Amino acid sequence: MNEIQREIICIVCPTGCRINVSGDDPQALSITGSECKRGKEYALKEITDPRRTLITTVQLNHGRLRRLPVRTNVEIPKRSIFPCMEVVNRTEVEAPVEVGQVIISDILGTGADIVATRSMTRV
Amino acid sequence: MEIYDIVVIGGGPAGMAAAVAARQMGIEKILLIERDRELGGILQQCIHNGFGLHNFKEDLTGPEFSERYIQRIEELDIPCKLDTMGLSITKNREVVFVNSREGLKTVKARAIVLAMGCRERARGAVNIPGSRPAGVFTAGTAQRLINIEGYMVGKKIMMLGTGDIGLIMARRLTLEGSNVIAVLARKPYPGGLMRNVVQCLYDYDIPLMLQHTIVEILGKDRVRGVLVARTDENSLPIPGTEELYECDTLILSVGLIPENELSLSAGIELDRRTGGPIVNESRETRVPGIFACGNVVHVHDLVDFVVEESEMAGKGAARFVQRSVECADASIALLPGRGLKYVVPQRVTAANVEDGLDLFLRVNRVYGPSYIEVKDGRESIKKVKRPHMSPGEMERVRINRRNIEKMKGSDLIVEAVGVEG
Repeated sequence: MNEIQREIICIVCPTGCRINVSGDDPQALSITGSECKRGKEYALKEITDPRRTLITTVQLNHGRLRRLPVRTNVEIPKRSIFPCMEVVNRTEVEAPVEVGQVIISDILGTGADIVATRSMTRV
Repeated sequence: MEIYDIVVIGGGPAGMAAAVAARQMGIEKILLIERDRELGGILQQCIHNGFGLHNFKEDLTGPEFSERYIQRIEELDIPCKLDTMGLSITKNREVVFVNSREGLKTVKARAIVLAMGCRERARGAVNIPGSRPAGVFTAGTAQRLINIEGYMVGKKIMMLGTGDIGLIMARRLTLEGSNVIAVLARKPYPGGLMRNVVQCLYDYDIPLMLQHTIVEILGKDRVRGVLVARTDENSLPIPGTEELYECDTLILSVGLIPENELSLSAGIELDRRTGGPIVNESRETRVPGIFACGNVVHVHDLVDFVVEESEMAGKGAARFVQRSVECADASIALLPGRGLKYVVPQRVTAANVEDGLDLFLRVNRVYGPSYIEVKDGRESIKKVKRPHMSPGEMERVRINRRNIEKMKGSDLIVEAVGVEG
């Protein structure tokens, strides 16, 4: 089993604690350096299942602007960010668009939808 | 001449929040002036998330946050003039603006709210020597080109400065396929929020080079590289440490300046520390009836605090129009003492403080365990502990009304003090 040994900078609050996570067993890692419970939870999540919201734009046709800003409605695994970008970059959307409208549903099986973050009228 | 109760200048989050607050106080005739083609201000190009955590208890993107306020403006039927540039204002509250439909026009306002925001420091403001090729952008310009206009700015990118927009653009450029070689900070610490350093640079393995700066830009038609030097303890380049980095684009994220040409046209007194107007508890400037809020007063890190401040200004302007408060002299001065860059508001009228007074302030260096102290002369009236403070994160402290009423002197001094060990 691989031994885990990582330093994580906590971003839960502005203090920016450096948290050390180490151990052999992912179920029983040692977490030191955190001043609080929220920091420990953040560090554990970063080690076991780091997730991020993907935010970018897609090509918009016949809209008032040429790009439509979009986001994932829930966080996706960090490793899926670039594969998802490839899918988004192949996507074109037709105006009009309403804020919250689903542009790509369940992108790459992550369970996350790519949704529009603004409304755009058609011209 | 057309007369309005309140004219708000600037249709970003500050101006929209002020207009909404004034309408909710029952003000009928409001006019919102915006120079862009739509409302929302800089939020429309800030497509990333992290907005509204305080205000809506949700993690919204800039456009989502802004659309909610635009909806409120529409619901409350507040008239807006888009593509309209405010040119000057006067002490007796005349506003001159121009657009292609009406030409040059002057209107009279019973109260004015200034919400013009801030603009970026550019190459000229930081004096980088070298040639003047294409490919040098401020972070905000690059952000608008990529996120709204749909143009990429370059392939191999060097970034100078660690403001939040810069950090966010380093991530954005990487996602869009550019190679961000490094982000340089002149100082030993980054200027932006820690969460942006972690989520924008560390996540994408973008090197952060602290204590480095650019001493020359190379290239004739297009940037072909930059000379990078290390900086000393005074943040000045050390001769002999220069190294060439090849790149086709340089992005600058080297600070923001409140945009106060209009304020100056009305003779409004500015605070040289914030670069914005001196304001009191309801964000009234030193010219009666002219209020200011948001980044035009001081550069904020979070839009939620911009909105909070703008609601104070909107309500203040409404009360001024309704004459429900006497325009008392803001007799108490709030002064930044040791350890502080600035404190807002700079003046206070004790009688107008409702429950408490929130002070917004910035420290001048990074602190570990420390405290912020408010003093009336030598007497301490408030002392709050902080585990950590940095110039990149705005601090806020609330002082109670009774503390202000009990005041003996006419100045309050605010200080930041590190705790040893």
